[in-house]
Amino acid sequence: MNSPDSSHTARPAGIWRKVFSLDHKVIGRQYLDLSLVAVTTGMILSWLMRLHLAWPTRYIPFLGAISREATGGIITPEYYLSLMTMHGTIMVFFVLTTAPFAGFGNFILPIQIGAEDMAFPRFNMMSFWVTFVAFIVLVAAFFVPEGPPLSGWTAYAPLSAVGKDAGPGQGWGQTLWVISIGIFCIGQLLGSLNFIATTLDLRTKGMTLARMPFSTWAWFITAVIGLIAFSVLLPACVLLLLDRVAGTSFFIPAGLVISDRLQPHAGGSPLLWQHLFWFFGHPEVYIAILPGFGIVSHVLPAVTRKPLLGPRVFIVCMAAIAFLSYTVWGHHMFMSGMNPFSATVFSVPTLIITIPAAITTLLWIGTLYGAKMRFNTAALFCLGFISVFVSGGISGFFLAQPAIDSYLHGTYFVVGHFHFVMGVASMFGIFVGVYFWFPKMFGRMMNETLGKWHFILTFIGVYCIFMPMHWLGLAGNVRRYSAFTVDYMKGSIPLHRFITVAALFTGAAQLIFFYNLFRSRFRGEIAPANPWQATSLEWTTSSPPPHDNFGGHHPVVYHGPNEYGVAGKDGDYIMQNSPEPEPVAAAS
Amino acid sequence: MTSLSVESPASPAQTGVWVGIAAITMSFAAYSSALIVRQGANPDWVHFTLPPILFVNTLVVVASSATLYLARARSGAKVDQSASGGALDAPHLTWLYVTILLGFLFLAGQIMAWRNLAGQGLTLASSPSSSFFYLLTAMHGLHLLGGLAGLLYVVYRVRRSSAERAASAYKAASLYWHFMTVLWLYLFAMLATRI
Repeated sequence: MNSPDSSHTARPAGIWRKVFSLDHKVIGRQYLDLSLVAVTTGMILSWLMRLHLAWPTRYIPFLGAISREATGGIITPEYYLSLMTMHGTIMVFFVLTTAPFAGFGNFILPIQIGAEDMAFPRFNMMSFWVTFVAFIVLVAAFFVPEGPPLSGWTAYAPLSAVGKDAGPGQGWGQTLWVISIGIFCIGQLLGSLNFIATTLDLRTKGMTLARMPFSTWAWFITAVIGLIAFSVLLPACVLLLLDRVAGTSFFIPAGLVISDRLQPHAGGSPLLWQHLFWFFGHPEVYIAILPGFGIVSHVLPAVTRKPLLGPRVFIVCMAAIAFLSYTVWGHHMFMSGMNPFSATVFSVPTLIITIPAAITTLLWIGTLYGAKMRFNTAALFCLGFISVFVSGGISGFFLAQPAIDSYLHGTYFVVGHFHFVMGVASMFGIFVGVYFWFPKMFGRMMNETLGKWHFILTFIGVYCIFMPMHWLGLAGNVRRYSAFTVDYMKGSIPLHRFITVAALFTGAAQLIFFYNLFRSRFRGEIAPANPWQATSLEWTTSSPPPHDNFGGHHPVVYHGPNEYGVAGKDGDYIMQNSPEPEPVAAAS
Repeated sequence: MTSLSVESPASPAQTGVWVGIAAITMSFAAYSSALIVRQGANPDWVHFTLPPILFVNTLVVVASSATLYLARARSGAKVDQSASGGALDAPHLTWLYVTILLGFLFLAGQIMAWRNLAGQGLTLASSPSSSFFYLLTAMHGLHLLGGLAGLLYVVYRVRRSSAERAASAYKAASLYWHFMTVLWLYLFAMLATRI
């Protein structure tokens, strides 16, 4: 990347300066690279689980060689739980948090507000490397004696707190898990702090809050959520770690006998962990999905050539979701034995939070209505995002009610629900971001034909995987079991085999994406500065942007980001930095 | 809604400290609620007398905030009036050194409080009350160490660079320091009433 000299931060020189770069664009790409490694790891883990669920006694080649726990290539029930724990932890923390928020946010946010860099470039660099260390510590759990932990990504106490009596992987593996997540919290706190200070203080002239692009709004709100959520998870991890290594009893009750051994702890409250964890855990869902909201709302006007419907309503809805996300954590705990009255208290805001979520969905659909859509890959993934978000969101209405949740909570219904609404929807948001911003990040276009094939196969694939899970759940198919040997569940095995085949097929379809990503990086068509005729500031600078983003000058902003479908000097849109007057009513 | 232009930048350092204060407040709120829940969960909470040195430490940390206020009041007047810069001179730096010294004195006092507690046979694991005592004082101490690093950085900046550039860091670091004092007063009150 060649760029003119700039005064703000010294140009990286030498390999170490490049590795520990202070440039937000490099850091953003490092985050995205890390999540690419993480998502591949997480996906392979899910394949192993799916293969085992469909053919529990089948030998899996090579598995015995790479894992001591899976003796002879057969996955034991304990190892299945380890795979599940690592899949969930890697995906939630190192993919769904790092890619849409830290990755794209780092690269795009400073450019969208017309800044040269983040407010604290050194903190920014540290936040990535801290996150990287957290990932290494987590993956190290695969290589310690007895392997990775098996208490799930939620690490419920006392299972997670008592040490290796609780099962293989609950010794060193679980300790590494707690340390990794604690370190991860520090990284994300540094990142959130940076996002907030940058958005508040480094906006260029004319970039009022009301003129900020929707994606910047989403990252800003996500940063606020993250700041509060991770500052609660960090203490929770500290307490859990002390229970594990220092003999305290925060979460371990008295008289607990595990593996025939009386645990040397007394008086702790296992529910306390669940409260602390879910106070983080539920907002975490929105940390994963809100950047997707922002990215879709940013891209949708550019592909429909219409302004986003109700831009202010959209921002208010995101803020409302952020606020409400702190009032609903108990809906993960309906089955925990807490007071049934508190279940009602948590059920009501859970149902209320569907209102702003439904409004945003309607705003997107209203924006689509009557549009002369440009069906490029980013547009298709936007539509896919809306589709899976609605499909996954609707099952949330059922789960929000304690009486229905009592039946569904331990089943595949919940697995289908959160994979759709949190996993796949966020993933589609990431794909929108990749296909839309790739030209800006690398100066080359991605291949559209491959992109469309990627979309179609992935879209069909995810519905084949996760839709049947709802049905399985309604039929009483419990989750977290490594095999279905009980008579009444045997009937579900053919459907599980179908899901496994669909998962392998969808995973294979991602090879198209990887191929497109790497090929376009070097062989793609050279990208112009503004290939999508979009309005925001990142499209006013070259692709890729110079080191200081705008080549030595500070852009001045005259318009909001939503000026589409108007008579501007360049066509049916007005760039944010274009000094032309506000247009009169647009022809629709 | 006003637009913040490049010509008159707000101070990201101060915003950063405010945001950091929000995060730290939240994490101590989490510790506090854990303490309350844990104390209510089971009757194994051992009440013990807090080490008397904590009262001295409290005075020390309050005094450090006062000396920092003095240091800033003297430098502040100079910085604001002479926007052109010019190195800050010695008298208020003395107060800053006193503040830093009091900060270290406070930490030393906290360690003595730990030794006092250990002398009574109360270790980290012996009771939930002692667990929380060690934990909360340690966490506050760690954050206070960060504040000391900030103040030392201010000393470095004041001596090295222009007064104007140091002023922003100075303001941010003192904001954080005063917050550390307030946080200790809160923790002390909570420990005193609950333990």
